[in-house]
Amino acid sequence: MFLKRLAIANLLGAATALLVASNAMAAGETLTISGFGGNLQKDLRATLWQPAADAAGVTLSEETQDGLASVRVQVQSGSPTWDIVHLGADECAVGGKEGLFEPLDYNVIKTAGFDKKAYGDHWIATNTYSVVLAWRTDVYKDKHPTSWKDFWDVKAFPGRRALSTYPQEMMEIALLGAGVSKDKLYPLDTKLSLEKLKEIKPDISVWWSSGAQSAQLLKDKEVDMMAIWGSRVASVIKDGAPVEFTYDNGILGYGCLAILKGSAHAAAAQKFIAGVVSPEVQARIPEMMPYYGPTNSLAFKVGKFSPEVLAKSNMSPENVAKQTFIDANWWRDNNELVREDYSLLISN
Amino acid sequence: MTAADIDQQPLNAGLLAGDERRQRAAMFGLSLPAMLLVALVLLVPFSWLAWLSLFDASGALSSENYARLLRPAYVNSFLSTLQVSAAVTAICILLGYPVAYLLSQLPQRVAQVLLVFIILPFWTSVLVRTYAWLVLLQREGVINTWLKQLGLISESLPLVNNLTGTIIGMVHVMLPFLILPLYASMRAIDPVYLRAAANCGASPAQSFRQVFLPLSARGLGAGAALTFVLCLGFYLTPALLGGGRVAMWSTQIADAVSKFANWGAASALSVALLVVTGIILWAMKLAVRRLGSSLGEG
Repeated sequence: MFLKRLAIANLLGAATALLVASNAMAAGETLTISGFGGNLQKDLRATLWQPAADAAGVTLSEETQDGLASVRVQVQSGSPTWDIVHLGADECAVGGKEGLFEPLDYNVIKTAGFDKKAYGDHWIATNTYSVVLAWRTDVYKDKHPTSWKDFWDVKAFPGRRALSTYPQEMMEIALLGAGVSKDKLYPLDTKLSLEKLKEIKPDISVWWSSGAQSAQLLKDKEVDMMAIWGSRVASVIKDGAPVEFTYDNGILGYGCLAILKGSAHAAAAQKFIAGVVSPEVQARIPEMMPYYGPTNSLAFKVGKFSPEVLAKSNMSPENVAKQTFIDANWWRDNNELVREDYSLLISN
Repeated sequence: MTAADIDQQPLNAGLLAGDERRQRAAMFGLSLPAMLLVALVLLVPFSWLAWLSLFDASGALSSENYARLLRPAYVNSFLSTLQVSAAVTAICILLGYPVAYLLSQLPQRVAQVLLVFIILPFWTSVLVRTYAWLVLLQREGVINTWLKQLGLISESLPLVNNLTGTIIGMVHVMLPFLILPLYASMRAIDPVYLRAAANCGASPAQSFRQVFLPLSARGLGAGAALTFVLCLGFYLTPALLGGGRVAMWSTQIADAVSKFANWGAASALSVALLVVTGIILWAMKLAVRRLGSSLGEG
């Protein structure tokens, strides 16, 4: 009798243990997320990804992507080893059009507080970055440039300039320099934009191709003013270089998440993304990733921020009013032709 | 010719031919592993690349990828690649020939010590050397600072982030590729020929021009061809020192893959680069042969 009871107890115990184990396994699903690597990925994980993973009860494993090409290879393999990818919004839009991603479940993911340009059927923006005008204060002591119009005014503001080799944001900047108002940017007048770029070309001493390079150019005084990512110029200023920048006339771009087609953990990934874009998690960005911003405007309702933090955040209501959002869908449809004209322009 | 001779000939020929076949089979067997390796790491990926270039982004058979090469952006980058490569090769010849000549005239031991200085940078990462040039050449860099302190210039010279910087950096990387084969071929020239020329009353300049130069033409051609071809596919240095305005063919390939995820375009670009490289190598070989023989006769 005693023995029998023990046996039953054991059996029950084993069953309970099994149940617990299977629960733990469901909760302990591992999502593989692939991003740009480097400091950006470290910051994104600490700020957005980890809390969202904890809330969804999943473990995160990280990889580094090398553009949409690498995503395409993953999906074509039939059983991608990545579940989620972090990309630029235009890449997300292109990937969505190509059928590389699972559709997002907007019953799980809440878009209250989102701009309409900040999500699509297959992707959602999770952070913003800004491209801003920065200048050396030791060169422009009394009077510094304040807008892209000044950037184009080589008489009033002589000096070496730099723009990116990548046409995105630069085409927008050229139009702002030509006096196009920021709410009338899209669809981009590519002809006018390229004309303006041709006009400034003799005064562009460097066309930069990476974020690290752009920061170095300003820090080493290789150029006197330039278009640069807000996060990059921030690190230059932090290093003590005599440099300032303005959010006036800045271009706001998005980083986005999407779920790879064929992912074995798509349901968990939807939950994870819902967490990343929730106001509570988004509200961590202004303090933990200054010069980047939340894509969910409710973040500023949920969080309480000091004026200093707000001044730095590119998405604080005051700073966001000064800037323009990029239209990822326009770039999705026009990227290839624009990029050829652009590369011909800078190298010819 | 006797009857016996005639009888023996087919027998002998048969034996000889058998020998030759066996020898050929042995040679083939020996080189088989190497050939398999070449096929595996070169032919297979290349065929796959060429295959890819025949399809457009949607996966349909098309000539789109090759038609694209005729668009101005690509033609421009192709021409500038040829120009940069030609300029770098020419400068390497001007700088490298005297160095190789000097080395070849020195006693072997001294020359070997000096060769270390040529090979040493060869062992240093191209990336490190390229960044070093950036430090030297930039606006607030070492060279401009010195020139300003000496009062030779008042405004910094634009030495980098343009064609000038690219060519300086590439010449530095490429010089050993020219000097080493050239030096080897110059070492192989028997000094007896030069002494003979002197005996015949030739001045040093004459004997150099009429004897040494033609004899070294092959080595120069090999070095120049190697340099030129390596330049055609050069990526790193132009990307870092060109300031974005030196559009090399290799940059286009890298962009097609990493920025625009267009494998078809990238493979067509690569195939075109390979074909052009092959044509140039072949043309150079012909030219060097002709040059060598015409100089030799003259």
